Amino acid sequence: MNFDFNAVIQAIPYLFGTGMTFTLTLTLAAASMGLVLGTLLAVMRLSPYRLVSVPAGIYVNTLRSIPLLLVIFWFYFLMPYIGAWVTGASRPINIGAYKSAIITFTLFEAAYFCEIMRAGIQSVSRGQMAAGLAIGLTYRQAMQSIILPQAVRNMLPSLVTRVIILFQDTSLVYVLSLTDFLGAGAKIGQRDGRLVELYLFVALVYWVICFSASRVVKFLERRTRVAR
Amino acid sequence: MNYDWSWTVFVDLSSNGVDTYLYTLLMGVGWTLALSLSAGVISLFFGSIVAVLRTAPSVWLHFIGTVYVEIFRNIPLLVQMFLWYFVLPEVLPKDWGDALKQMGQPWGQFIPAVLCLSFYGTARLAETLRAGIQSLPRGQGQAGTAMGLTPLQVYRYVIMPQAYRIVIPPLTSEFMGIVKYSSVALTIGLLELTGQARAMQEFSFHIFEAFSAATAGYLAINGCVVMAMHYLERHFALPGRIGWKARMKLSGSAS
Amino acid sequence: MIEFNNVSKWYGEFQVLDNCTTHVSKGEVVVVCGPSGSGKSTLIKTVNALEPFEKGTVWVNGISVGDAKTDLPKLRARAGMVFQHFELFPHLSVTENLCMGQIKVLKRNPEEAKAKAHALLDRVGLLAHKDKHPGMLSGGQQQRVAIARALSMDPMVMLFDEPTSALDPEMVNEVLDVMSDLAREGMTMMVVTHEMGFARRVADRVIFMDGGKIIEDCATSEFFDNADARSERTRLFLSKILQH
Repeated sequence: MNFDFNAVIQAIPYLFGTGMTFTLTLTLAAASMGLVLGTLLAVMRLSPYRLVSVPAGIYVNTLRSIPLLLVIFWFYFLMPYIGAWVTGASRPINIGAYKSAIITFTLFEAAYFCEIMRAGIQSVSRGQMAAGLAIGLTYRQAMQSIILPQAVRNMLPSLVTRVIILFQDTSLVYVLSLTDFLGAGAKIGQRDGRLVELYLFVALVYWVICFSASRVVKFLERRTRVAR
Repeated sequence: MNYDWSWTVFVDLSSNGVDTYLYTLLMGVGWTLALSLSAGVISLFFGSIVAVLRTAPSVWLHFIGTVYVEIFRNIPLLVQMFLWYFVLPEVLPKDWGDALKQMGQPWGQFIPAVLCLSFYGTARLAETLRAGIQSLPRGQGQAGTAMGLTPLQVYRYVIMPQAYRIVIPPLTSEFMGIVKYSSVALTIGLLELTGQARAMQEFSFHIFEAFSAATAGYLAINGCVVMAMHYLERHFALPGRIGWKARMKLSGSAS
Repeated sequence: MIEFNNVSKWYGEFQVLDNCTTHVSKGEVVVVCGPSGSGKSTLIKTVNALEPFEKGTVWVNGISVGDAKTDLPKLRARAGMVFQHFELFPHLSVTENLCMGQIKVLKRNPEEAKAKAHALLDRVGLLAHKDKHPGMLSGGQQQRVAIARALSMDPMVMLFDEPTSALDPEMVNEVLDVMSDLAREGMTMMVVTHEMGFARRVADRVIFMDGGKIIEDCATSEFFDNADARSERTRLFLSKILQH
């Protein structure tokens, strides 16, 4: 075995400038939009109207039962048809792998965020809502000023953990030949015949980032526990 | 819009010219099942051991367990898959590496995939089980110790039988996770369910039939996982369980 | 039978046991009382090494508990312990709870263990519940099963860690009755409890602890009847606990 880590050092500008930038953009875009959509889904799932809660339940449970890779393929091929349907075009519209990836991860993560939000809201004891109504607040006011602040604090660690998983899962865009951090490493590795070095380096960088982020979760968990 | 949906595509001959698409998809289901089952069983076994290490009173055992979990939890599964498939044969002694590289389809892909999913699954199941063990009242372990059981006996006869019961619900989603993650094996060329659907889509252009079939396959497999775990939960439920739960909460807050 | 010599223990900076010296003779019943956090539970848990200690020695029947060479499982098998929250094993039936230690630790054969288990259940009045799981029993019944479980190991000493403080009031007496019977039969017992009526009736000696120190260690009648000779803290504690 002779390792040549010079190949890695020379690749660093490309790995981070192109690869990591894409990975982070995708993570942040999917996390923020997924959070909005996930909140909406959670509200739907908790709704007393079955016409609203059941479809949301089916959406969430189906997406959580099938592999992300399959979902990536689904939307990659489905998006052009949906695009055509929305715009009324007569033939499928090519929207490209990049947009397709962002839409896929947003829709997929929303299902997971929804379940975290739902658990968070349900973790606040029923007595809190009763106490809010008892002092004369309306349902909306009690939800906004009593339930949600507590729920958000309870679910913050789970949300951050989910974003870490999302960050790891974005590497799956490899199958769409997009140049995320892993994809950048693979490209350089194949070009220079240095796959071993590049993959090891990519693994190390992912590890450092995810491990540090998981320490933040630990900190948040401890703070939540003390505050209770 | 002009998508030409056809149910009969499943009985058309696949790209190998011999089998129908239905048959190749079922083969995919078979590999997905084989992969998930092997990885699930191995992960449960070693995950139990790592969970015990993580809760052991010895600083060193705890440290070893923690290092294991933190390594395998914090690297994306796809990267781990590439490490097992591309990197491992290169860093092993030359004879071994060559032997690995010369293994043909499908075992040459299946074995690294099982290794990858098992090492990853072990870390995840270890965390689930650790949470279960730590949710037990501390007095349970003390009671076992006080009657003269050795630490291993305390785990074997007192802690683990209760911990397994407690973690059945989160274990269900972990096992579903293993089924879902098994699809990552397609990236190293294993034709499991997603891989077969992708192959069908590439050759037949019947994109949505192929992916619908795969989706139905995963829903069916994970439906079976849920039902099996429900059965286990009912089968091992403890008589007087409600009182038991109430008491656990009581002793948890009092200590 | 049990001797504590200058036992001290720290949790980090905090000292839980401070130079505790006392003894329990064969056949003696000693009640340990004191405010919460006084170290009384910790003291009796040093007897079977559930709580390790940093300084001093504890001898049980001539065996040093703190000695690294001591076979702890063997020692623990001979010291029965009853916990505040019973700690019956919820996944096992009542009979299995009583057989586990006999089979796994004492290596008795299952038939012999079962016979012994049923005899002891009969003795605490619970033979009818032998095949139930602990979750189906009341707190008082569970604690009586726990006592029978400890007795199944033929202990030479019984340690009780607040055996009645997790019970509903109406169930306290059924447990205390079983304990009184045990004492009458000559069992060596160390009991951490706030049940001063039980102490007065059954105990030979009373130990009062506060802040990890043994403040009082005297005969029962002396402890309750000669209030003037007691320390300020003891009198304060007794006045609070005896008021109602």
